[in-house]
Amino acid sequence: MVERTGIAADEGPAARAGYEDPPPRMGFFTDTSVCIGCKACEVACKEWNLVPEDGLDLTGMSYDNTGMLSASTWRHVAFIEQAIPPGQASLPFTDTPTGPSGTTDSALAAARASGTTSLGMPTIGPPADDLLAPSADREGVRWLMASDVCKHCTSAACLDVCPTGSLFRTEFGTVVVQEDICNGCGYCIPACPYGVIDQRKDDGRAWKCTLCYDRIGDGQQPACATACPTESIQYGPLDELRERAAARTQQLHDAGVPEARLYGEDPDDGVGGAGAFFLLLDEPEVYGLPPDPVVTTRDLPAMWKRAGLAAAGMAAAAVVAFVGASS
Amino acid sequence: MEPRASQAPVWSAGSGSGSGSGGGGRRRRRGGGAGGGEELQVPPAEFASYYGRPVLKAPVWKDDIPAYLFTGGLAAGSSLLAAGGDATGRPALRRAGRLTSFGALLASTYFLVHDLGRPERFHHMLRIAKPTSPMSVGTWILAVYGPAAGLAAVSEAAGLLPSRGLLGLVRRVLPGLGSLGGVAAALTAPALASYTAVLVADTAVPAWHEAHPQLPVVFTGSALAAGAGAALIAVPPAQAGPARRAAVTGAVAELAATHVVEHRLGLASEAYTTGEPARLLSAARALTAGGALGAVVGRRSHLLSAVSGAALLAGSLATRFGIYRAGVASAKDPKYTVVPQRERLAAREAAAANGTPAP
Repeated sequence: MVERTGIAADEGPAARAGYEDPPPRMGFFTDTSVCIGCKACEVACKEWNLVPEDGLDLTGMSYDNTGMLSASTWRHVAFIEQAIPPGQASLPFTDTPTGPSGTTDSALAAARASGTTSLGMPTIGPPADDLLAPSADREGVRWLMASDVCKHCTSAACLDVCPTGSLFRTEFGTVVVQEDICNGCGYCIPACPYGVIDQRKDDGRAWKCTLCYDRIGDGQQPACATACPTESIQYGPLDELRERAAARTQQLHDAGVPEARLYGEDPDDGVGGAGAFFLLLDEPEVYGLPPDPVVTTRDLPAMWKRAGLAAAGMAAAAVVAFVGASS
Repeated sequence: MEPRASQAPVWSAGSGSGSGSGGGGRRRRRGGGAGGGEELQVPPAEFASYYGRPVLKAPVWKDDIPAYLFTGGLAAGSSLLAAGGDATGRPALRRAGRLTSFGALLASTYFLVHDLGRPERFHHMLRIAKPTSPMSVGTWILAVYGPAAGLAAVSEAAGLLPSRGLLGLVRRVLPGLGSLGGVAAALTAPALASYTAVLVADTAVPAWHEAHPQLPVVFTGSALAAGAGAALIAVPPAQAGPARRAAVTGAVAELAATHVVEHRLGLASEAYTTGEPARLLSAARALTAGGALGAVVGRRSHLLSAVSGAALLAGSLATRFGIYRAGVASAKDPKYTVVPQRERLAAREAAAANGTPAP
């Protein structure tokens, strides 16, 4: 049935799907503020899940030559280069001069950061107090990196619309495709509000992240989380991840990064909360994520009602066409 | 509050290359003026995207699916007219309706199976019945409708059987069974004609989902007009009265509902009023309106009726492809996804600030 949002908070999607006494709901918290764009997650995912190569392209999109999530890309690292207008540098970086490296400014900043004292070498021109001045009127750059993945929605449109039962809810509350059932009808693909699941052309079936169902059932971490060197990708019970994410957001706010915000962690959002949620440093759409996704099946009862009315109207029109007709 | 929380950083695009593809987070101005002189229904808004890439995955369906939307509707409309013809003693209308619906049903089955990524697994659709999946519901509608319409069509061959022996018995029983099948098909037909609207609307595709209140009327109207169009070609004018009336009702419903889709859905309407979808839908409008008019004006001439019928069929086909293509276009352009969601968020925030319930 349609899984509605706002149902008793302690009853997870697995219990609603009929599992008796399921294990805790597992998920991902992807903290993009510590992502270094190494793409180890992409590689580990492909290796473990035997996902085929899907094109070696140079996209011109910063360091992103993957492009987007697809049938053969279940983790995708986005790279966003942004100009920072003068005077807009984040507080943690105000001591760091912007602009090209190798200048006296950067040399001085490096010296200060490494704790060495100034030896008064002649290359160091401006006094330290003036160091902050140039960054206030110079344009800088910030580089956002984020590893995207299937959201494993609480109310999953792909799962709702699948006509074969190939997509199913696991005991961990995740959403997985059974490749021996999928007949490639393609309905899940436009149903997903995030554009995650896709058809593998030469195969015909739909594929997406399984949250490493074959690993987590054995007590292991998903491949991407295991490979991530900075713990940008964190795997664990969703409740725990939400607490951790809230603390991390507060920490960043306190450190002067007010733009840090969580995406997909709210159980009252349009998909009932994502099983894989994110800490972002800009609006979701900047990362290619929808700002306010809603599971399409939320409107399904209204749609059936409208279709019923239209069907009744059609039947009535047909009857009327024959009643009192002379020819 | 943090010292700078109220003063959000103004990040802007950083495209080192300065190329047209732009950098991530590029703010784009929503296009206006492309609507063929249409007034902008929503004030222009800027929005960000990831290198202009779509947020959604567009449907991977082939042209089989819009073609099926047409043939499914044609089958449904024809079955209704056939049952009516059977009940009111119009044998030509009955026969034309039954044969058209059967042909359209076979074509539908082909399109649906051919479109699958794994056609040999078509029967996996029959593993489950699932009300949250309009495709599953449609499978079961077809599973009921198909045999009924098939029986009705096969019964038309009763006259070809010998009058003696076992086959003679079949010859005598078949017309009754055909009427039974015809009634069952007619009872299922409205569901067959309307569920496809839910099928496309129950997706994240903005142009389809936003049109979910109107699409069932567009689709049932189009189905009735198509069924009537086929009857106007095959049935002599003396028996085609109900088909003419059905043609007019169907065409009016389809055109009115399509007009709403094209003009009242905010940004989503733009997908229907620009580019190829707009061309298809304006062709559909001309063909459907002309066909309905011709059906009435030319009611004494079989030739004029047949031409009108052909126009109605072509109009229905163009409507289905126009609506299908508009949906695909809206999935491929991130603005259709991002801008309305942004506006929804802004409205919610404004409502929260005013202390009024969220819209």
